[in-house]
Amino acid sequence: MSRYRIPGMGRVDPAAPVSFTFDGRRYTGLRGDTVASALLANGVHLMGRSFKYHRPRGPISAGSEEPNALIGTSRGPGRFEPNTRATVQELRQGLVTESQNKWPRLSFDIGAVNDRAYMLFSAGFYYKTFMWPRSFWDKVYEPFIRAAAGLGKSPTEADPDTYASRYLHTDVLVVGGGAAGIAAALAAAQSGAKVTLVDENPEMGGALLSDPSVRIDGRGSWAWLADQLSQLRAAGVTLMTRTTAIGYYHQNMVGLVERLTDHLDQPPQDAPRERMWRVRARQVILAQGALEKPLVFDGNDRPGVMLAGAAQTYLNRYGVKVGDNAAVVTCHDSAYYAAFDLVDAGGRVAVIVDTRDQVRPDLADAARSRDIQLLTGHTVTATGGRLRISSIRVNPVRNGRVGSGRRISCDALLVSGGWTPSLHLFSHTKGSLTWDADSQTFLPRHKTEACQIAGAGRGLWGYAEVLADGVTAGMAAITEIGRSAVATSARVEGDRPGTGSSQKELPTDRSAGKARAFVDYQNDVTAKDIRLAVREGMRSIEHVKRYTTNGMATDQGKMSNINGLMIAADALGKEPPQVGLTTFRPPYTPTSFGAFAGYHRGATFELTRKTPIDPWAEAHGAVFEPVSLWRRAWYFPRPGEDMHQAVARECRATRASVGIFDASTLGKIEVAGPDAVEFMNRMYTNPWTKLPPGRCRYGLLLGEDGFIRDDGVIGRMSPDLFHVTTTTGGAARVLNMMEDYLQTEWPDLNVWLTSTTEQWATIALNGPNARKVLEPLVEGLDLSDAAFPHMSVAECSVAGLPARLFRLSFTGELGFEINVPARHGLTLWNALMESGKAYDICPYGTETMHVLRAEKGYIIVGQDTDGTVTPQDAGLGWAIGKAKADFVGKRSLSRPDIVDPNRKQLVGLLTEDGSRLEEGAQIVLDPNQDVPMKMAGHVTSSYASDALGRPIAMAVITGGHGRMGETVHIPMPQGTIRAQITSTNFYDPDGERLKA
Amino acid sequence: MLLIHCPYCDETLPEVEFAYAGEAHIARPADPSALTDEEWRDYLFIRTNARGPHYERWRHVHGCGRFFNALRDTVTDRFVTTYRIDEPRPVLTPLEAAE
Ligand SMILES: [Zn+2]
Repeated sequence: MSRYRIPGMGRVDPAAPVSFTFDGRRYTGLRGDTVASALLANGVHLMGRSFKYHRPRGPISAGSEEPNALIGTSRGPGRFEPNTRATVQELRQGLVTESQNKWPRLSFDIGAVNDRAYMLFSAGFYYKTFMWPRSFWDKVYEPFIRAAAGLGKSPTEADPDTYASRYLHTDVLVVGGGAAGIAAALAAAQSGAKVTLVDENPEMGGALLSDPSVRIDGRGSWAWLADQLSQLRAAGVTLMTRTTAIGYYHQNMVGLVERLTDHLDQPPQDAPRERMWRVRARQVILAQGALEKPLVFDGNDRPGVMLAGAAQTYLNRYGVKVGDNAAVVTCHDSAYYAAFDLVDAGGRVAVIVDTRDQVRPDLADAARSRDIQLLTGHTVTATGGRLRISSIRVNPVRNGRVGSGRRISCDALLVSGGWTPSLHLFSHTKGSLTWDADSQTFLPRHKTEACQIAGAGRGLWGYAEVLADGVTAGMAAITEIGRSAVATSARVEGDRPGTGSSQKELPTDRSAGKARAFVDYQNDVTAKDIRLAVREGMRSIEHVKRYTTNGMATDQGKMSNINGLMIAADALGKEPPQVGLTTFRPPYTPTSFGAFAGYHRGATFELTRKTPIDPWAEAHGAVFEPVSLWRRAWYFPRPGEDMHQAVARECRATRASVGIFDASTLGKIEVAGPDAVEFMNRMYTNPWTKLPPGRCRYGLLLGEDGFIRDDGVIGRMSPDLFHVTTTTGGAARVLNMMEDYLQTEWPDLNVWLTSTTEQWATIALNGPNARKVLEPLVEGLDLSDAAFPHMSVAECSVAGLPARLFRLSFTGELGFEINVPARHGLTLWNALMESGKAYDICPYGTETMHVLRAEKGYIIVGQDTDGTVTPQDAGLGWAIGKAKADFVGKRSLSRPDIVDPNRKQLVGLLTEDGSRLEEGAQIVLDPNQDVPMKMAGHVTSSYASDALGRPIAMAVITGGHGRMGETVHIPMPQGTIRAQITSTNFYDPDGERLKA
Repeated sequence: MLLIHCPYCDETLPEVEFAYAGEAHIARPADPSALTDEEWRDYLFIRTNARGPHYERWRHVHGCGRFFNALRDTVTDRFVTTYRIDEPRPVLTPLEAAE
């Protein structure tokens, strides 16, 4: 048995030893221990170093609010987790743990030199110390801070665990399985309501687990608890332990994280590590209890200093006494019970120092009967010891004056500064709080959600009161949802009621400026820091928080917020509610990214859309690129080819003979109905009335602001049916925009819109031999230039498949786009490949498509336009139906800023030295001007052109259309590149090849 | 995650089915060419930016596909009501306005 374990006490299993290591040393704990309780049983209080000063620290709490005892845990490769709270991590066989923020070892840490440089690191040190000289920031200060500070080390490997995600609907969700929560859940369940009770601990019971001497309904509290839990199960209540309610969101949605495997010796194969529950409850009952506050005095962070309630928990729940010779300092009655339990278990308590002048006579008597020295009206002004407390300095306080101090030896100091109702979740809902001057706490006031608050969470104390309140909350919840039940009541004996006063820093006879009195342990914020922040002008608690970082640690100020507020309020000479409380935000406790991500990772992070031709591309070695959610074939390298070589070959083959391209990702929308042509006239810039069925036209879509939103070729299939194509990325946006106008502006138009993007597979054939490849497969259509000229569309049969055939070109070559039902896409592709063999048909990808279109100056919306480009800017003024009275965006085209001749306009660029420009490179007119130079535009597209034997580029340049032939300059790190402004139509400017 | 009532489906459904679509009751002018530059600017860009009740449009994009209007409080995120696109702007009761 470990040195500090008391046989027969606690809820741990003495017959089940569990072996683990801490900083390489082997220890033994018991099944049911946390890492903290097992280490304490072995006499180890020193568990970590603090964030800023590297001060030695031990656990101050026994729960999820722990700011000090943060450790790294490892469960094998890729399963290292930093900043695990030792007070929460359950022991399991072979667990490997290590302390953090120390070098070379926990007991001797070089970084503790920061502690000597205390003055340097006071409040706002980030803002002050590192201001000057500026160059020192990158080279000296930041690396130093990064090396010295920080919490633990991030794992570098991908997380091999899986995380699950579920929804849950319940009538009543009870958060917190202590006395109040259990009473509330049982009351609600008796009405027949569906009730869910969750608790973050491995077992239900809350404070009852630390108070076995209390008797309820004639039984010990643990026996009563076991009976209540079986009653809850019998009533059909869902009980979820190891489940933290991390956030309370709108309309009674609560996020829960259930920890499934971290406590297991051997997790089942493929079991999820954690499960995120999104719960929608008709009523939520918050029974989260209260958190004990530390007291603020010099040396209050020394290992061995611990909350009295935590010591009581270690004793009763884990059978561990936290020292052989404890002292207590308190301003609340509750600490007395911790002291009494310790003595009753065979321990020794040297002294109870109470800052209050008067204490309840029964408590004083009980202390005396246990040989505990009681010093009322006293303060603690210092602690002694290095890696563990060895003494306290105690002084009397009379009429506000602090008398001389004396030393009292101890190896543990139990502190209690009273209790803060845990209202984190309530605050997530923006429920308002009210300051209760009597208890010096914030209590819930105005509710915004359908919730009840029960027990210590609303400032109640003592089991009788809390149990009754739980029943009341449960009854209120079921009444709200139209159910009823008979209220019950419980009889409590040996209850532990209590009250207390509230403290800012404890009074001292020493210079407060020298005191290392910590408020936020994890962020190393002292009372002096907070007073300094107020002296330097911080008035709101939000400013104090950011200046000092008080409450910004991973414990989110659970221990520090109220103490920090009391000190700030005192420094400002105001009442605490006037200074305000910082906002609690989700999550309640640190939550793994995995739990949030759930199934959305790796291949299921987002869906990948694949065309019907995708399997062929994959089988033929395509390199893919993502285009919106699609994966598209980028290029088809042959053995030994790099991307540049492959693209040059694909370009050459297409211009020389014929290329084949999978264009299935193009957005497609059917615009149908008697008013279809009127609708098209209103939406697109172009005129549509005179476009006869069987013809197609390039369509340009603007926003009302006059800027280009999308483009695509649109075919008129019949008088009342248009086959609209959109950009790959714009399909959903365009349909949404069309629906918006149709539903909300022009509901009188008789038009139907249908997305057909995924119904059609689309294959483009381009090149002088395109017709020869296609013709043998086509039935029911004369493909000759005379019968089926450029910009025609027809329904016909291709390779025996029903098809919509377009003659159009995005390459400048003779071109066709064949649409067949998606399920036939691969059949058509194979037929075309077969037919094209005689012409060395060449499959090409999106990169070649980009090059070929750029050689013709065809824009790509979103690449050559950026949401601020008008049709005139893009050189597309010809696409505007001048005779039309109106279309979306028309009015904006005459706005003064839109007709400004100095707008950035799309032009071609040819470099003088033949180098290829970088897309996005900035352009200047005068390379000799002072830095920062005036930018005249930027490069939007740039490619090596096989057809022109040189690189080409497109760019937007201020007043570009009026600068043809001028030279502009592109400053790059290697030097400034000169380029000439040209037309964007680089290849076959007269368009002869289209007409083949 | 909000629950939103679609007035066309007459069902209250999760927020992920819906998309926000800007301020409501801003009709496209019947004849934009008759507007001055300033009037057109106001139509394009000037919005209420309300702190409190806000008339706005939503689309049940992963459901019936219909656009509808809503009155939502931008401070609390609470939906006061939702209504069809052709229905008049609901008038707030003094109590609702005060909230
Ligand atoms: Zn709907």
